[in-house]
Amino acid sequence: MVCESWKAKLDTYLDAEVPEDEMRTFDVHVRSCPSCSADALARVQMKRSIQAAGRRFTPSAEFRKRMQKKIAPKPQRSFGLRWMLAAAAAVILVAGSLTSAYLVSRPGRDQVFSEIADLHVATLASSSPVDVISTDRHTVKPWFQGKIPFAFNLPELQNTEFSLLGGRMTYLEQTPGAHLIYDVRKHHISVFMFQERSLPAKLNESFPSPKQLTFNMETWTQGGLRYFVIGDASAADIDNLAKLFKAAS
Amino acid sequence: MPHFERLYNFACWLTHDRQEAEDLVQETYAKALKGFSSFRPGTNFRAWIYKILRNAFLTSRTGLKATATVPLDLEDEEGALPAVEETPESILLQRSDGQLVQQALEQLPVAYREILLLCEVEEMSYQEISATLAIPIGTVMSRLSRARKALRGGLQQQFARGTN
Repeated sequence: MVCESWKAKLDTYLDAEVPEDEMRTFDVHVRSCPSCSADALARVQMKRSIQAAGRRFTPSAEFRKRMQKKIAPKPQRSFGLRWMLAAAAAVILVAGSLTSAYLVSRPGRDQVFSEIADLHVATLASSSPVDVISTDRHTVKPWFQGKIPFAFNLPELQNTEFSLLGGRMTYLEQTPGAHLIYDVRKHHISVFMFQERSLPAKLNESFPSPKQLTFNMETWTQGGLRYFVIGDASAADIDNLAKLFKAAS
Repeated sequence: MPHFERLYNFACWLTHDRQEAEDLVQETYAKALKGFSSFRPGTNFRAWIYKILRNAFLTSRTGLKATATVPLDLEDEEGALPAVEETPESILLQRSDGQLVQQALEQLPVAYREILLLCEVEEMSYQEISATLAIPIGTVMSRLSRARKALRGGLQQQFARGTN
């Protein structure tokens, strides 16, 4: 196939909508053809830009509360059987399709920690883990303006082993927050920040036992923000990154 | 509330008005609960609820106005784009604030805006988009391609205006 034919299908390929065998052939071609790989790279950049620009509006807390009141099932005896069945079916559906929705419904400290671990793993497993790709904190921090309802400081990493890879918006218990990814000796560490008052579960400073969580994690509150630092790096690395954040805030 | 954040974001993009978006989301959940029996288990729940929101939008005053002024399937208009050496992608690489893309998205006809949002932001498959918009997969592909082209054109025009 000549390049023109490949290029005509490039968007479909990048949308992962071509059959698997064709996908593999495409992979091989794109890697070996400078023209197609440049074109693919440009289109990926455009896709990411649309994705970042498109995630723009967040519902207000007041609207969320109003909706929750309207939607939440009322604990009354007169609650119709049909409604209960519909609600139960909805819950099953949602639980099946959205693991995160299931986790959000589970109260308690350990569940929040588990959800943080899931967010960390799911993000790293994604083909585009970060929406703003930059090692420069002065690029990453302003990217969050207007996307999350708070501001934060990022530590200076010069003369440390850590490097910033980028960031993305995230949600915990339906609360918007910032998710930053750092690298230390090929280990990826996630740093999450949320407004403390928006998190329903009261979290104390103690860590979950290793039996419950196989990652190393630190969490603390500072300046009204709840921080989580999590990763498969050593506890010392996690602690060092946490200290840098504490010093920067 | 499944998909609450995302439905709200999508509604804001469709309506360009936060109050209207809230009304639209509220109407969507009310209709979803009321018509839950019409949902066929085994089919895509996300596509189903987005379809309800979109239908509610299309029958709203803003939706009627938006679709009345712009034909749903615009012909492929090559249009004379300003002659600039920079490509939209190179412009985006230079300016990471995302505002350019937001403005270009805002100015797209609703049919293009919604399909780009469903594909890139909601990361729906062509199959899901087809179910949500009630159009064949072939139309999904051609409309997406035209939407991307229109967005590139919009970005180039913005950049040309910015540099003049």
